[in-house]
Amino acid sequence: MSDPQSVPEPVAPPPGQPGAPAAARTDFADGEWHRLHPATPLFRGGLAVLAILGVLIVNLRDRVLALFFGADDEFGPGGDLESDAIDFIVRENLVLVALAVGVGVLLLVVLGFWLSWRVHMFRITDEVVEVRSGILFRTNRKARLDRIQGINIARPFVPRLFGAAKLEITVAGNDASVPLAYLRGTDADVLRRDILLLASGAQRPTATDGAAATAPIGEGIGGMLEQRATELLAPELDVEVAAPESVVRMNPGRLIGSTLLSDTMIVLVAILVTIVVTSVTTGELALLFAMFPGLIGIGGFLVTRITRSLRYSIAATPDGVRVGFGLLSTTNETLPPGRIHSVRVSQPLLWRPAGWWQIAVNRASRSSQNGAAGQQQTTILPVGNLDDVKAVLRLLLPEVATDEAMPVLEQGILGRDADGGWTVSPPRARALRWLSRRRNGFLLSPTAVLLRRGAIWRSLTVVPLSRTQSVAVVQGPLLRALRLGEVHVHTVFGPIVPQLGALDRTDALRLFDEVAAASVSAARTDTSHRWRQA
Amino acid sequence: MTDSAEQTEHAEQTEHAEQTAPAEPRSLTRPETEWQRVSPRYIPVDMIGTLIFGAIATVAGFIPFWLGWQEGWFIGAGLGAIFLVTLALTPRRVRAIGYLLREDDLLFRRGIMFQRFVAVPYGRMQLVDISRGPIARAFGLAELKFVTAAASSGVLIPGLPLAEAERLRDHLVAVAETRRAGL
Repeated sequence: MSDPQSVPEPVAPPPGQPGAPAAARTDFADGEWHRLHPATPLFRGGLAVLAILGVLIVNLRDRVLALFFGADDEFGPGGDLESDAIDFIVRENLVLVALAVGVGVLLLVVLGFWLSWRVHMFRITDEVVEVRSGILFRTNRKARLDRIQGINIARPFVPRLFGAAKLEITVAGNDASVPLAYLRGTDADVLRRDILLLASGAQRPTATDGAAATAPIGEGIGGMLEQRATELLAPELDVEVAAPESVVRMNPGRLIGSTLLSDTMIVLVAILVTIVVTSVTTGELALLFAMFPGLIGIGGFLVTRITRSLRYSIAATPDGVRVGFGLLSTTNETLPPGRIHSVRVSQPLLWRPAGWWQIAVNRASRSSQNGAAGQQQTTILPVGNLDDVKAVLRLLLPEVATDEAMPVLEQGILGRDADGGWTVSPPRARALRWLSRRRNGFLLSPTAVLLRRGAIWRSLTVVPLSRTQSVAVVQGPLLRALRLGEVHVHTVFGPIVPQLGALDRTDALRLFDEVAAASVSAARTDTSHRWRQA
Repeated sequence: MTDSAEQTEHAEQTEHAEQTAPAEPRSLTRPETEWQRVSPRYIPVDMIGTLIFGAIATVAGFIPFWLGWQEGWFIGAGLGAIFLVTLALTPRRVRAIGYLLREDDLLFRRGIMFQRFVAVPYGRMQLVDISRGPIARAFGLAELKFVTAAASSGVLIPGLPLAEAERLRDHLVAVAETRRAGL
């Protein structure tokens, strides 16, 4: 297969220099149609074909050996279907026909893959990213650049060995994404930067010297291998992408500890202990053997979670928050500013002695890629201490988590009562919030509404006012009898449901009115869909 | 940030009010709001709907009794009673539905026992739906649904005369266009 793109390996100039984005442009984002990595069919389905061929060859090995060495008696007449079929073919002198059919099918498959690669094209213009594909059933997908919710670059292990990567552009909606699988790894990074640059509303830079840069690594097979090795061993987060002080990393000890103390783990261990105790007391030792699948399951869960999150990092880049992780298969996603609809800092009960927290977000898009630890990519920080939490909040919501607002946010995470300007449930709400009455409260900051809940399972929900869709205040008979009210802040669908019950009726109405007014004015001044436009 | 002194003061006032003035309103209703009400013709529409559904459910509730379970009558009777009460409260419930076109957002309320007030900024509108069931169509009514990116917004105004629903839809679309906001 020839490579019609003939793109020179682009090498990004060191960022930070003036005009760096302009020089880094590939000719991918120039509005013309382009094809994917030529090895794409291999990664997408070809590997399965290769595997099938391998299985066939292994199964035929005995047969071939017998053919050449005449050791037929050792195996006896073939009993299984496959041997029967081969015997039949040999007996009827159909070997040539069978070979021809086999080669024909193979050619057809290869042709099919090649054709689908030929017609699978994408282009990136100033306004949209567009992909068309399919031989019989043509599809054409367009996504507006200013609606991009995130760009994900995934490198599954095998494609990663070949230096290929998958770029996925997600827009709002259920599984509404434009995948570009596969691209050269380096191209993917540059392409993402270009797309985000176009999406940010910055002026399209003039393509000056697109072909100026050439790969510094030597030509030929040796150079290629060297380059692959460099890419494989490179740290997951390129140091030049983000300022080091903005990076939050995962501490391996904390990761293992938090996994061991997670709810899933506790339940699994409890089940295992029950089984052991039952089998020992009743003498039914067979039960012990039934445990092995469970043990293997736990082991797999632990290993997956830990390897996926080991090289975890969150960093600020000029075009949004970059979340990256993965040891063998790596994934990293960039969320442009203003794409986070709600943030929740929460603490499972068992993490409390260690002071660990996790952070989840609501986003308008749902990526097909799983996040670290196999969760949906709504968990931004799988585990971290209070400092990590503050740093991540600064990254996720820079306009909310300012230095002045930090004490208030800390009050929201740890505090209770009205300290720091919070409004909590009145004493008569004790009937409904037995323990958390003094924590159950809200605060309206100039840019966000903060909801604080829970004394045992503590959580703080932050909804930026520029992202609230609507607000509701509700009251049922029980709440009315207690002169209380409940406020719901509506955001896009996600794991977080921002609502706060058992508030004083007057406070609830005040919160409702203030959020309604503030979200209107916040939406009016919000320009984050074109975040770099002046 | 809100002044913390003011907050404490407010809390004290609430505490104070709790002891001396038990007449403080309990419900969320604020009488000063001038709501736009839905058409009174929606009362029979809602009643007929409840009646049909209630009749089917009540008949279904009596099936165990007819099948020979002597004490089973209370299921059907209970269902019937619930639907009768619902039916009796329908006029009040319909009169409790209201909406208000404010400067920058749409205010919507419904419910007496379970009250719900929603404020949706016009700019958050994703689409407006007008739909008409067979009964509502016979009475010349339509319902208008204001859809945002949040499924939980749930603004569904029933019982609007068709012409008014269409006018409201056009108005909402026009207003949303001038206040267009992102997601």
